[in-house]
Amino acid sequence: MRRLVVWAATAAFALAVYLLLTLWSGSWGLWSLSELVVGAVLASIVGVACGGVLWERGGWRMLMPHRWLLLVLYIIPLFWAMARANVDVAWRVITGNIRPGIVRFDPGLKTELARTILANSITLTPGTLTVDVSDHSGAFYVHWINVTDDNPTPEDVCGAFPAWARRIAE
Amino acid sequence: MNALLYALLAVGALFNGLGAVALLRFPDVYTRIHGATKCTTFGSIFSIGAVVLYGFLQGDGAGGTLAVHALIALVFLLLTNPTGSHALARGAYRGGIKPAQAVVDHMEKGKR
Repeated sequence: MRRLVVWAATAAFALAVYLLLTLWSGSWGLWSLSELVVGAVLASIVGVACGGVLWERGGWRMLMPHRWLLLVLYIIPLFWAMARANVDVAWRVITGNIRPGIVRFDPGLKTELARTILANSITLTPGTLTVDVSDHSGAFYVHWINVTDDNPTPEDVCGAFPAWARRIAE
Repeated sequence: MNALLYALLAVGALFNGLGAVALLRFPDVYTRIHGATKCTTFGSIFSIGAVVLYGFLQGDGAGGTLAVHALIALVFLLLTNPTGSHALARGAYRGGIKPAQAVVDHMEKGKR
């Protein structure tokens, strides 16, 4: 029963996104039959494939609307950090001045979504690259292009990202 | 207006170019991922920013569609780029490639 609910919720979200993307494909601003059929098939597959992962360990928290607002606001600090890191890495490309290494730190995030957001933000920022995340302990293994500290705190590596990931998804 | 478009395109081209230089200069797969995918990401943000601006301001009629399509492409690029980079890096590490010139490697001491 629970699996059916999980599948239906995931498939409904996927179908909504697909329908928003393909609006105006038929007559009168609605959807054509082929788009509806393809959307239903794809949504069913997405529900089977992702349903089990998406709602585990607090995934339902994303149903709160203020978290979506925070996710949109997060673009601002993310872009600012990306801009600074891009200039930094561009300078390192020109000068060749690098000090690489894989460091370990534990941001203390519990939910899958918070870890995903943090890992993707770290990888999207130049100079830091998430190599692995331990499912069990939640520790991040990050390849860092300029290691300033062998045992860094999360703030040393990725600034305000862990706080934002916690705010959005925990 | 055109000056702004050219400026955006120039910044995008500059970062894309630096990404290509990084591929040649950096020593191993991890640092090259830093250089290539990162500079490419910022380069594509600015290039697509120019397309969006052009679509909304000058390409009347079909321009709006062009701008929205470019924005959707950017969103998918920003979602898939870190996923792909992470998969490459993790695959390389599990395949036994050690980071070159590394001052510290905490993954070696291990969790597995």
